[in-house]
Amino acid sequence: MDLGQALTDAIRSAVGLPAAAFAIAAIGLNVQFGYAGLLNFGHVGFLMVGGYGAAITVDRGGPLWLGVVVGILAAVLLGLLLGLPALRLRADYLAIVTISAAEIIRLVIRSRPLHSLTKSVFGIRGFADSFYDVNPIPRGRYGVGDVVFSERTLWVMTVAWLLVGVGTLLVLLLARSPWGRVLRAIREDEDAARSLGKNAFSYKLQSFVIGGALGALAGIMFSIDRQAVRPEFFFTGVTFYTFTIVILGGPGRVFSPVVGSMIFWFIISFTDGLIREALQAGHIDFIETTDLAAIRFALVGVLLMVLILVRPQGIFGKREELFLGD
Amino acid sequence: MATEPGAPGPSLSAAAPSGVDGVEARPGVPKPDPVLVVDGLRKTFDGITAVDVDHLEIPRGLITALIGPNGAGKTTLFNLLTGFEQLDAGTWSFDGRRLDGHAAHQIARLGMVRTFQLTKALRKMSVMDNMKLGAIGQRGENFFAALLPFLWSAQEQVIADRALALLERFNLHHMQDQYGGSLSGGQRKLLEMARALMAEPALVMLDEPMAGVNPALVESLLDHVRGLRAQGMSVVFVEHNMDVVMGISDWIVCLAGGRVIAEGTPESIADNEAVIDAYLGTRES
Repeated sequence: MDLGQALTDAIRSAVGLPAAAFAIAAIGLNVQFGYAGLLNFGHVGFLMVGGYGAAITVDRGGPLWLGVVVGILAAVLLGLLLGLPALRLRADYLAIVTISAAEIIRLVIRSRPLHSLTKSVFGIRGFADSFYDVNPIPRGRYGVGDVVFSERTLWVMTVAWLLVGVGTLLVLLLARSPWGRVLRAIREDEDAARSLGKNAFSYKLQSFVIGGALGALAGIMFSIDRQAVRPEFFFTGVTFYTFTIVILGGPGRVFSPVVGSMIFWFIISFTDGLIREALQAGHIDFIETTDLAAIRFALVGVLLMVLILVRPQGIFGKREELFLGD
Repeated sequence: MATEPGAPGPSLSAAAPSGVDGVEARPGVPKPDPVLVVDGLRKTFDGITAVDVDHLEIPRGLITALIGPNGAGKTTLFNLLTGFEQLDAGTWSFDGRRLDGHAAHQIARLGMVRTFQLTKALRKMSVMDNMKLGAIGQRGENFFAALLPFLWSAQEQVIADRALALLERFNLHHMQDQYGGSLSGGQRKLLEMARALMAEPALVMLDEPMAGVNPALVESLLDHVRGLRAQGMSVVFVEHNMDVVMGISDWIVCLAGGRVIAEGTPESIADNEAVIDAYLGTRES
């Protein structure tokens, strides 16, 4: 059994595109869930309108930069559309509205009547050529030891991690500002914030839209990496991977999404690799390689449960805060 | 019990301002200089009338107590006036400005700030952050300005200084870096009152400020309430403890069944038959 291969793959995931794209998505969710306390159970919907916004724009003859703008604007619109009615209601309504909206968007995208626009189940391929055309990195293989990347992968990774950096800086500035203070107050007690002259609804809407825009950016990077968008990329689980990442890092902490995402993808890839190796070597015979996707889901669940038991506040969270409620 | 209404603190003016001298003790009586005027305010819950106030004026610069038996509609009236509950009918104005239909945060910004029966000191924020939150008109509360700290850092410093001065006055300055949740019940009441003052209100509405407070702290809390009046603020408070009400109020409004059944000075309320009936039940005739 080749442990080295599983480890190499795990490190590749942790520093590579999946971790970077999910870190961006998690930065967005952290603004919504971590700072403002909004239960957005349809975060994948924002990734989806981002990715599809970019892909459709290019498919229709537009440049990719315009596609990125369209994707982000689509997410802002989605945020307003869902937030304006649902954020006035109790927190659980937002959860219901968002989880159904994400699924509705996915089903509409893959529906036959929209085939000419979205290519339904086949998806849109090869829309990001112009991104790779401007790759400044010379052809070759880069890396340390067995962890090597092609110039193509390195280019996407670099851009994605730069965006992670920008997103983190944004949240760092917001979190330390009076704006962030109002958000934390709303998360804990909306009425207290309102009684002190803060328009709680407006702040919730702002954070919901900003989180959604970051989600769109994640969806765009995710799609550029795959050079394709397909409805099944944006399954409901993406939202819960992102939640796991935020909770793993600790909600409402600036660096949680980044570190959480790296650890999450390391663990997922490593266990994936281990099981795969064990299957090939014949150590396990009661499951098939095709079951791996389902096993991954189960692993995310187990990971979340272990986390809640061992470190409920997350990596960066403060334990004493959990016990301050009376 | 330390609820005996004692003498006010040395630095505070002992005599109440005389804004209600000679005002007749009857429901809906006009005052010389009202800060809050309520007209025809009505609120029903599932057909049950919670508040039905024809006319009520709250005197400026004085401490007005809102009393009444359980279910009299005191807290509902509070919630209506501070925008936390939607009214069914009626109007009310604060400082001559119509406020019905305004949202809670707008009312607070206009200078009418409330506290809550169940203290809403934010537990997971430091005492200092709780205080800073209370300041109105912060530039850094705008999303775009928040990203440019040089736009608001000077104002933030001014707010912090003001917060520290208030914390010293309320004897909480030694706890400024602690979580709100680590304070005792009485300290949270103090923090909530101090935080409300950060908004520089003209009218402070205190919903049961003494509820759940260690008796040893009651006298200090009372002094702080008197301090608000000494600073020129108007105070309205809901309270059940009659010793407190009689000892501190300049004017008392008694509600029963959502209606104002009596108002007057503490002396005139003490032996008002309508009030006694409301509390003890109507006598057989």
